[in-house]
Amino acid sequence: MRLGLVLSEVGHGLRRNISMVISIVLVTFISLTFVGAAILLQLQINQMKGYWYDRAQVAVYLCTQYDEGGNCNAEEATAQQKSNIEQVLKSAVLAPLIQHYDFEDHEAAFKRYQAQFAGAEGTSFVTPDFLPETFWVNLKDPSQSDAVVERMSGVPGVEQVVDQRKYLQPIFDALNAASITAVGIAGLMLIAAVLLIATTIRLSAFSRRRELGIMRLVGASNRFIQTPFVLEGVVAALIGSALASGAIVAVVQFFVQGYLNATPSSTPFVDLGDAFIVVPILIVGGAGLAAISAAVAIRRYLKV
Amino acid sequence: MVMIRFDQVTKLYAGSARPALNSVTLEILRGEFVFLVGASGSGKSSFLRLVLKEENPSKGQIHVLGQELGKLSSRKVPYFRRNLGVVFQDFRLLPQKSVFDNVAFSLQVIGKSKGFIQEAVPDVLKMVGLAGKSGRLPHELSGGEQQRVAIARAIVNKPSILLADEPTGNLDPATSAGIMTLLERISGGGTTVLMATHDAGIVDKMKRRVIELVSGQIVRDESQGGYQTQALPVQRQAPPPTASGFGAPS
Repeated sequence: MRLGLVLSEVGHGLRRNISMVISIVLVTFISLTFVGAAILLQLQINQMKGYWYDRAQVAVYLCTQYDEGGNCNAEEATAQQKSNIEQVLKSAVLAPLIQHYDFEDHEAAFKRYQAQFAGAEGTSFVTPDFLPETFWVNLKDPSQSDAVVERMSGVPGVEQVVDQRKYLQPIFDALNAASITAVGIAGLMLIAAVLLIATTIRLSAFSRRRELGIMRLVGASNRFIQTPFVLEGVVAALIGSALASGAIVAVVQFFVQGYLNATPSSTPFVDLGDAFIVVPILIVGGAGLAAISAAVAIRRYLKV
Repeated sequence: MVMIRFDQVTKLYAGSARPALNSVTLEILRGEFVFLVGASGSGKSSFLRLVLKEENPSKGQIHVLGQELGKLSSRKVPYFRRNLGVVFQDFRLLPQKSVFDNVAFSLQVIGKSKGFIQEAVPDVLKMVGLAGKSGRLPHELSGGEQQRVAIARAIVNKPSILLADEPTGNLDPATSAGIMTLLERISGGGTTVLMATHDAGIVDKMKRRVIELVSGQIVRDESQGGYQTQALPVQRQAPPPTASGFGAPS
């Protein structure tokens, strides 16, 4: 009996304010889509960090006869220097940080080069002695690369030491900036959504002030008076959240998986599993926000 | 048994130097029929609003149905009001709901069952003399009939106290007499009726307890009074001395 009455009141209110309800739906839809996009971007960043940081190595490039930078003097690193470098890698200072390291000689570097740039123009001019011999160092904790870079840079025979993570940082910075922008837009839109919900609920209450007056007079409980209005806001916001969730799932399914993932690249992308982490956040967040703003908006009409 | 007790109650509204009610003390007992008379602005409506706890007194204590209203939390006010019925001069019916639905609405919103409503509403409509008109909309009824619907709505939950704020103010004398007969019948059933009115004819004819307010003070409390005093006014507190004097029958 009571549930039916409450629901019929909700339906009544929604129909009476249909244009306001549509604007709530649209504003929550757009704002929550931005929220969802920001969360997806963060998930993408984490995924890429996990993937690349595991693979990122510190490269200790040795001198070739063409190098004059670093500790080089246009002379190939000598066997003595190489063994010295290896001693440093095995030293008590660095050994605990290093998981393992590999040595890559000119031939191996050349093979890798040929494989990487197969078919590219100009590769035929490159000979193995152009490509530096390299110690590839895998760290136990990639964030401690600075110690290795600093220690190795001064060793004779080392041309330069490069932490591959540094190449990734600009990408993460760009993604981070994009997600902060999305959060900013989402925040502004959510403020608009909250104000719109509050205004709609006040309008709805105003158009039902006769009923509200009688309800208060005959002793309807505050909860009973409040519930239809709160539900009205929640229903409108839920439709918006559902649309936003659909948009997020569609973007992941068709753009990220269907398009980005189809391009030849070994970068891992967010998948539907990630999208389904975002969906409940949007639904619960949207409904919760609507419930709170509607409850605050209707409070004035409950004052006894 | 005391249903309503005012103890030195003063009501001041913000922005007004003169209190709407000034140190009012009275008791109303179970089953009494009480007229509240006085000029517009004398404090009758404030009195009723205080009983309903629509407002709180600036000073003094109010007990209604054994509860001290000042100690009633706002969460409990709705449950307190379920023991009170109220009717107004302007009926306050819901125009898009039928007679039956108007009365049923007040039961629905306090969570009464469908079965209870199906029994109680026809009973109360029969009692107020609208048995055959339960499907009508308010605008299809005469003023007197609309007020009967409002009374039905007020008493359908069997309240202990019925407050009526000028219930005959919009009605012609013959129709008013019908409404008064109905209120008398309700009072006869044990309900305490407190009615604010300007209608001298009704008050004189009914010979019930009359409380007269002037400028927020009780100047007369007669057990079988008329609209204007037949005896010396019962004054619990000296009125403020004025040049014209007051209390003399005109």
